[in-house]
Amino acid sequence: MDAIGQFFAMGGYAAYVWPAFAIVLVVMALMWFTGIHGWRKSEQTLAALRSNRRQREGDAE
Amino acid sequence: MKPFGAVIARDLRLAVRQGGATFLALVFFLLTVTLFPLGIGPEPAILARVAPGVLWVAALLAAMLSLDRLFQADFEDGSLEQLTLSGLPLGGIVLAKIIAHWLTTGLPLLLAAPVLAVLLNMSDEGFAALLLTMLIGTPALSLIGAIGAALTLTVRRGGVLLSLLVLPLYIPVLIFGVSAIDAAVHGLNAKPHVLLLAALTLAAIPLCPWASAAAVKLSLE
Amino acid sequence: MSMHYFANPTRFNRLAGRIQPWAGGLAAILLVVGLYMALFEVPADYQQGDTVRIMFVHVPSAWMAMFCYSFLAVASAVALIWKHPLADLAAKASAPIGAGFTFLALVTGSIWGKPMWGTWWVWDARLTSVLILFFLYLGYMALWQSIEDGQKAAKAAAVLALVGAVNVPIIKFSVDWWNTLHQPASVMRMDGPAIHPSMLWPLLIMALAFQVYFVALLLARMRMELNLRRIRALRLAERSS
Repeated sequence: MDAIGQFFAMGGYAAYVWPAFAIVLVVMALMWFTGIHGWRKSEQTLAALRSNRRQREGDAE
Repeated sequence: MKPFGAVIARDLRLAVRQGGATFLALVFFLLTVTLFPLGIGPEPAILARVAPGVLWVAALLAAMLSLDRLFQADFEDGSLEQLTLSGLPLGGIVLAKIIAHWLTTGLPLLLAAPVLAVLLNMSDEGFAALLLTMLIGTPALSLIGAIGAALTLTVRRGGVLLSLLVLPLYIPVLIFGVSAIDAAVHGLNAKPHVLLLAALTLAAIPLCPWASAAAVKLSLE
Repeated sequence: MSMHYFANPTRFNRLAGRIQPWAGGLAAILLVVGLYMALFEVPADYQQGDTVRIMFVHVPSAWMAMFCYSFLAVASAVALIWKHPLADLAAKASAPIGAGFTFLALVTGSIWGKPMWGTWWVWDARLTSVLILFFLYLGYMALWQSIEDGQKAAKAAAVLALVGAVNVPIIKFSVDWWNTLHQPASVMRMDGPAIHPSMLWPLLIMALAFQVYFVALLLARMRMELNLRRIRALRLAERSS
């Protein structure tokens, strides 16, 4: 138990070490998910537009 | 060479006829410098310490604010496109306009700077360095600023964007300009600082018109 | 295989789709390993104590900030000179990632600085250069945003990126120059302590993790930009028909 507490205390620098690591991970995760989300959304929009178009071309014939 | 001079003369004539712009740049310069004693207090020693930096920062901002008229008006009324038909390469036109811009902003700022230096109680040793660095450095402001002005030509209300693009690029001019004056004030050798500033301006003379011309071409397409 | 082999967007899309999950997975594994080493295996520094661990996220972030700008500049040059149709997408896609890492380098540098210097911010040469680099990223992204015509925006942004790339070393030099004039030499630099071999491996693994993460995210963002370009073209065609 003591070892774990010591680890989290970071030699008294817990208030600096943990926020630094946390913000890096949070920002990297945010960039990752916004990137993937934006890509997925663009795929869906593109697919919808294409099927619309195909439909209209089918109607025209 | 003839059309090159003609472009400069034309821009100068326009600047004189429309007046205003040079005057506004000078008033802005004066006003910004006036704000500093009011902001940080009138103690002569403190003002003397910050004078080189304040003068350069204010000159930087004044030069930047006048950039939008470098190409904007000529672009909007179509005379920029007409100038390209004059046989002068676009880079030449851009350089001519930059020279005219410097003559109507950089030069007046340079002439006003010593007066403002007196207001800020700058020590006497700094005046020669102030004039010299402004003489060498302000052309670089017009040259580098032309790139920003050219890039934001088609942007509506591009003023804030222009400052975001240009100010980071002005930083080396600011640093070498101020450090030269500081060195002179403290009785140190100002030569290396001045030489670096000169190198900066010399490098900007061929590169900046070229890059600005590339950007102007985009807007004319 | 010529450079224009991947100029075919469909081919690129297929290849990117195959690489992306592997790169993402590899980045996650490297990140876990690197974090484990940085937090558990590296001993506390005798001078800086446990704050030295911040180096393992700060230094790779700063490296990535520089790397992404170089990547952006090279991609812009390729777009301008060889008119490679994917290069301007690569440049555009890399900018927000680079700005993110630059932001992280600034924040972690500031957090690291607090116990080292006693204040959150010191006008240290490296932090100042990174701050200016951050402004360069913001200007680049703002220029993309504010020109509506996609092709013109791409070219204008490429010109700006190249101008910025020429200026980065000049700015760096001038800031170092300025810094030596104003800072006493005794101020501790952000370089951290002399790198001990036990620190080198975790640092390299973290740097590699960030690099692979960049590749995975860049591919995703490029595919998104590619889709957006197609969507814009489709909508334009619809409106005109």
